[in-house]
Amino acid sequence: MEVLVCIKRVPLSGGRFVLTDDQTEVDTRRLGFTISPHEECAVELAVQLVEANGGAATVLSLGTPESLEQIRESMAIGIDRGILLETDGAEWDAQGTATAIADAIRADGTEFDVMLFGNESADAANSQVGVRVAHLLGRPVITGLQGMSVTEGTLRGERAGAAGREVFEVPLPAVATVKDGVTIPRYPSVPGRIRAKKKPVAQSTPTRPEPRLEKVSYTLPAETGKRATVLGTGPEAAAAVVEVFRKIGAI
Amino acid sequence: MILVYVDHDRGELSELSLQAVALGRSLAEPDEPVDALVVGGSALEAAGSLAAYGITTVHLAVHDALTDYTPVASARAAAELAARLAPRAVVAIGDQRGNEVMAHLGAITDLPVAADCTEVTLGDPTQVVRARWGGNLIEQGLLHAATPLLTLVPHTVRADAPGDGVGQIEEFTPELTEADLLVRVVDRVAESHGGISLTDAKVIVSGGRGVGSAEGFGLLEDLAGLLGGAIGASRVVTAAGWRPHDEQVGQTGTKVSPDLYIACGISGASQHLAGCHTSKTILVINNDADAPIMAHADYAVIGDLHKILPAIIDATRTAKAG
Ligand SMILES: Cc1cc2nc3c(=O)[nH]c(=O)nc-3n(C[C@H](O)[C@H](O)[C@H](O)COP(=O)(O)OP(=O)(O)OC[C@H]3O[C@@H](n4cnc5c(N)ncnc54)[C@H](O)[C@@H]3O)c2cc1C
Ligand SMILES: Nc1ncnc2c1ncn2[C@@H]1O[C@H](COP(=O)(O)O)[C@@H](O)[C@H]1O
Repeated sequence: MEVLVCIKRVPLSGGRFVLTDDQTEVDTRRLGFTISPHEECAVELAVQLVEANGGAATVLSLGTPESLEQIRESMAIGIDRGILLETDGAEWDAQGTATAIADAIRADGTEFDVMLFGNESADAANSQVGVRVAHLLGRPVITGLQGMSVTEGTLRGERAGAAGREVFEVPLPAVATVKDGVTIPRYPSVPGRIRAKKKPVAQSTPTRPEPRLEKVSYTLPAETGKRATVLGTGPEAAAAVVEVFRKIGAI
Repeated sequence: MILVYVDHDRGELSELSLQAVALGRSLAEPDEPVDALVVGGSALEAAGSLAAYGITTVHLAVHDALTDYTPVASARAAAELAARLAPRAVVAIGDQRGNEVMAHLGAITDLPVAADCTEVTLGDPTQVVRARWGGNLIEQGLLHAATPLLTLVPHTVRADAPGDGVGQIEEFTPELTEADLLVRVVDRVAESHGGISLTDAKVIVSGGRGVGSAEGFGLLEDLAGLLGGAIGASRVVTAAGWRPHDEQVGQTGTKVSPDLYIACGISGASQHLAGCHTSKTILVINNDADAPIMAHADYAVIGDLHKILPAIIDATRTAKAG
């Protein structure tokens, strides 16, 4: 089975972002980088599918050359090879990204049975790239999966609906966009990291089309200006907590 | 005219469906019609009720094969309608289905989509304000498109109460191929875990890395039981397998807004706060008085949650008995 998974390198900050002076970028000078938890799960699923069915798992990323870091990370847990579509760091919209990814898949020539994406990217959240790639390649796509299995040429996916879980089924080859929790990603091992260094990565440089959804600037949400009232330290604070429960009608 | 994709579940309109209508109306000029697309014969009654919310014409897409939610077919129907009626914009609510149908519509029509908008000014180009990073970053953007396709972050607009509008229903049968019908809900599985769902709970007792283990959640369950609440968790907890993923709160988990959110051993990473910052009251139990979550909370108890929670449970039990 040939499986493709697409990941996007994004800055990692658990706190408030800092913007560049012209307010057009996140200031990443002091930040590490990661991929979305949705994509971490997609990478894990790709590795599991190949473990169960044989074949190979390929990771693809469109981003700066530093995206090699995220490609190697996913190789450390078992992805076999990589495709890096190099950019200069300017933002690509969902249409441009999907077109470049579809072109790269065609150029690569592998007939991927399953193509995995995150439901939405961590930073841009367009919720589109997987769907657009599916249309460009004429494949069915199921989105937002919180459960997924592949058996005998069928991809079955589940997601939360208005009342319970909704089940979708499509024949392979197919595209799926998944959500955090669809599986639990494993941690890379030391031998895994060493093997990752030697795995092949094909690089090319697509041209960025004029964005049709064009980012102009960023602002940060207003600060809350809040500061919690400390009710006390340790178990002695319990009485004050119960007072709060009473006041807000929780008991 | 503004065209609104109005979702329904087997004929049921949700609060979010009605927000989609309010969104459409908010974008319309005075006296400009707001039309709706509703897909599937099961929605006939729902379609009728939309008139009362200010819809001019409800376009009901009927087709023998449309028995349950079928995203590509819905987008195909929207594309057909948009080609025929030339609306100034096509809009939907940015929930899973709204974003999905609009992504298909964008792909089918080769138009860009601006998802997760919070403000929209139609024009050439259309100006949008979009939530990124779960709302931790706000983008000002321009959408260059003959027909802007837009989704709005849920709960940005309020659904109006029904008025006495008199709209009409127009049925049509969209032209669909096998491929358009391939992706559809084929089965439904009832959620088995019972109890109060995270999104409905008035009280959520939520745990993070500080809880330390799956067993540690016993204390949180006791408190949630006393307060009639549900359990929530940070990603550290669900990724460690201490709790099921459907309890994860945050950017990639569930967004909740209870009356009371009790955060135990949670630092308050921006991605976690993205899912709980709209809670009415936030109470923190944390041994770090400088944890980032303090700047988003109303009350805090500083110290070891394993010692503090039993005392709170006792005191709550006593208070309830008394
Ligand atoms: C794109 C992206 C999306 C993400 N989405 C989510 C999401 O949806 N939800 C989510 O939760 N996270 C999400 N994360 C992860 C997030 O960045 C944080 O890593 C995570 O929220 C931290 O969880 P935590 O607060 O439990 O752990 P930590 O940050 O490790 O905090 C643990 C806290 O517990 C306190 N503590 C420790 N021991 C005790 C004790 N005995 N008593 C009391 N307090 C104690 C510590 O002081 C600390 O404040 C996402 C990350 C990324 C990059
Ligand atoms: N630059 C990129 N490189 C590789 N994959 C991407 C890129 N951007 C988006 N994707 C994939 O498409 C998914 C949805 O992205 P988006 O449409 O931006 O929300 C992501 O979770 C990734 O799996």
